[in-house]
Amino acid sequence: MIDKRAASAAAAVAAVDDGATVMIGGFGEAGSPIELVHALIDQGASELTVISNNAGNGQVGLAALIRCGRVAKIIGSYPRSSNSTVFTDFYRAGRIELELVPQGTLAERIRAGGAGIPAFYTPTGAATELADGKEQREFHGRPHLLEHALTADWALIKARAADWHGNLLYSKTARNFGPIMAMAAETTVVQASSVDAPGALDPETIVTPGIFVDRVVHVPDPAQEFELVAHGAHYP
Amino acid sequence: MNEQLPASLQARLTREQIAERAAQDIADGSYVNLGIGMPELIAQFVPEGREIVLHTENGLLGMGPAPTPDAVDVELINAGKKPVTANPGASYFHHADSFAIVRGGHLDLCVLGAMEVAANGDLANWSTGRDDAIPAVGGAMDLVSGVRTVRVMTTHCTRDGTPKLVEKCSYPLTGAEVVSRIYTDLAVVDVTPDGFALIETAPGVSFDDVAARTGAPLRDVRESSLT
Repeated sequence: MIDKRAASAAAAVAAVDDGATVMIGGFGEAGSPIELVHALIDQGASELTVISNNAGNGQVGLAALIRCGRVAKIIGSYPRSSNSTVFTDFYRAGRIELELVPQGTLAERIRAGGAGIPAFYTPTGAATELADGKEQREFHGRPHLLEHALTADWALIKARAADWHGNLLYSKTARNFGPIMAMAAETTVVQASSVDAPGALDPETIVTPGIFVDRVVHVPDPAQEFELVAHGAHYP
Repeated sequence: MNEQLPASLQARLTREQIAERAAQDIADGSYVNLGIGMPELIAQFVPEGREIVLHTENGLLGMGPAPTPDAVDVELINAGKKPVTANPGASYFHHADSFAIVRGGHLDLCVLGAMEVAANGDLANWSTGRDDAIPAVGGAMDLVSGVRTVRVMTTHCTRDGTPKLVEKCSYPLTGAEVVSRIYTDLAVVDVTPDGFALIETAPGVSFDDVAARTGAPLRDVRESSLT
């Protein structure tokens, strides 16, 4: 029998090791798996490499994980935030490393990681300083950069609906990096607002097939990062 | 610098007027990405009778205007992380698909902001290159490398009067030879194989006004100048 339900967020992330690479879904404040990230803070793993488009908002979620000193390196495209100085302070103090990746290249590197493609050429970033040190090759008369796939030990993502097999539906633009991160991690943990028995979701509409998902945590009324930040919430 | 402007330049275009001008050039049926900031205004000025579909990098085609405050959905935002709506016919997709749309040449047009545009179409709009700046690039490099037509909407000069249209960019590049047209508060300027070409001025603005505030040679190719 396949039943990927985990008893709690804490149980789902209990095995994250120090030094692990963790993909965290979300774009801006939409799709942040807040409950899973807070469970990871409680769990205590440190020296993490985090792959996430942004570097957190306010004093919750990924920003709180950084503030607690757990993140050694971020791989992302836009770590600046208008409502958080946590990453900025750590970066200026030399306490966190940054690998800056154009957003589409970040997405494709993650997708490639999940699809078994070790590297690919892209025109994005050619003739810019982000091309420094990268192998270049011309196709169709244009320079392209060799970019390597990204994989991770863990992915933490947020879905609207799941079933016990890990099939997932998302909500609007909270989908963002969820489907590709689910593909690219050794262990994918999902928090979902509803978790039902197999058969509850229409196979025609499933966005992430359950094969990409390992653990499903039922978070019936998830916190919205936008609202936490607006109210000045602070974790822990 | 403003107080030194000739009278003719007191009437330079507002942000809304630049947006309105840029919107005139968008064909019915276009799929378009509008950069964060000033270019977002263009959506308000699409001429009656034309339907365009807006793409936003975080996974939405068919983006509509901002919602009323009581209708905000925090899971429906744009690439600038602001609440938006979805028009009838909209679709959601994940980030790899969103950038397949961008990089794969499926969008007809993007209009971006700029720190500098060079006479060969080089664009700088992501980094000041200053040591204390927090590096952040987002989707700008993907857009300029993949969208079929890349235009810029910007003020002609910085607040202190430094030209943004230059011979060679001094800031780090977003992409090389990518911009084809620039809408400013003074003029519409095309990037051609022979450099910047003035195709239109704002009412009351002369070729000399524009040339004096452009940091590279400017040719006058307005119809009136050719007769």
